[in-house]
Amino acid sequence: MGVKHALLALLSEGPKYGLQLRQEFESRTGEVWPLNVGQVYTTLQRLERDGLVESDDDTDAGPQKGFRITTDGERELAAWLRTPPDLSAPPRDELVMKVLVAFGVPGIDVHEVIQAHRRYGVELMQQWTHLKEDAAEHEVGLALAVDAELFRLDSVVRWLDAADARMRRAQTEPRVAPAGPPLRVRRRVGVQR
Amino acid sequence: MRTLELRGVSKVYGEGTTEVHALRAVNLSVEAGEMVAVMGPSGSGKSTLLTIAGSLEQPTTGEVLVGGEALAAMSRNGRARLRRRAIGYVFQDFNLLAGFTAAENVALPLELDGISAKAARVAAMRALDELGLTDRAARYPDELSGGERQRVAIARAVVGDRQLLLADEPSGALDSINAEAVMRLVHTACRQGMAGVVVTHDAQLASWADRVVFLRDGRVIDQTAPAAGPDSLLEPSSKR
Repeated sequence: MGVKHALLALLSEGPKYGLQLRQEFESRTGEVWPLNVGQVYTTLQRLERDGLVESDDDTDAGPQKGFRITTDGERELAAWLRTPPDLSAPPRDELVMKVLVAFGVPGIDVHEVIQAHRRYGVELMQQWTHLKEDAAEHEVGLALAVDAELFRLDSVVRWLDAADARMRRAQTEPRVAPAGPPLRVRRRVGVQR
Repeated sequence: MRTLELRGVSKVYGEGTTEVHALRAVNLSVEAGEMVAVMGPSGSGKSTLLTIAGSLEQPTTGEVLVGGEALAAMSRNGRARLRRRAIGYVFQDFNLLAGFTAAENVALPLELDGISAKAARVAAMRALDELGLTDRAARYPDELSGGERQRVAIARAVVGDRQLLLADEPSGALDSINAEAVMRLVHTACRQGMAGVVVTHDAQLASWADRVVFLRDGRVIDQTAPAAGPDSLLEPSSKR
């Protein structure tokens, strides 16, 4: 996760102390991603080593030590914000694997497997939604972070719905043998980790 | 208090070779103050369940009770009165009457029920006010945005002293922010004591409910456990 760049973003608003950075990071992200103080200081040390931030003096990193962003840091931050994270190669998804494999296992009803995962997904979504519901209107950071989780889980549930329907159709419709030799294209999508 | 109860409800359309089983022995109870979402794909029986719960249709077999009273034991007039007084409906396409203002649309079910025009108007304005629509009261549906129209439809469904709120894909074609506003209102109405049933195929909408029931081929196949507190999501130690 981009803690390093998130700290740079907070420092772009002005000089700050380590403890302050931690509090602001958490409140900005709706406290959905807890961050410990140690993590903040190691990250700051690394940023300082790389010349992206500078500190007040040479004393040990403590609550009274202030940090500010350098010109290099500002350049790094601007570039990072505009660079899309790598979404091109999907990881091997455990859930997808379970459903694909369940299709062929004797004595297993793949639709029951799908429903178990669907229920779990919806239960998690209920919890996130209740969290958002309890949040005050000004807590935009929290709502954004919760929305990200909801959309992610929603896409999982939708994939399960689509898989469910597709497999039902495959089970009821007679298979038509494809004309010509079997396709031997090795698909590259989804094989990278 | 149990506001809605379906006991072994089945619905069959057509007969012989064209017979379609829309619902098969469905049991469902919804308490006052509870919001239940019914999720399922197209053709799973969701809308049939809602029209039967709202007494717009009769089950082939089984019983429906609203506020503890069996619908089958009521006269036709009794059921019509129940629909006007105790049940509010929200449809996907809003179903507002085009020639009436927002306030008139909301007041209409009360006036049809014999309440004076003045009293109905007062209740309608109160409902609109609660949904933040006071300044839209004199507007006609075609002068309102999609989100506002659906909020008026919700005001009409909760106006007066209603017990049961039934909604069929209530945020239909709205964008996600407006859809969230609609679900928030439905949930608030339930918090204030109504029993709510929302049918949808959308997991994000369903996740507003206290309980989600899964329907498939006319059968209830599963439901979510009572929601754990949101705090459980934020425990750093929790496995996520």
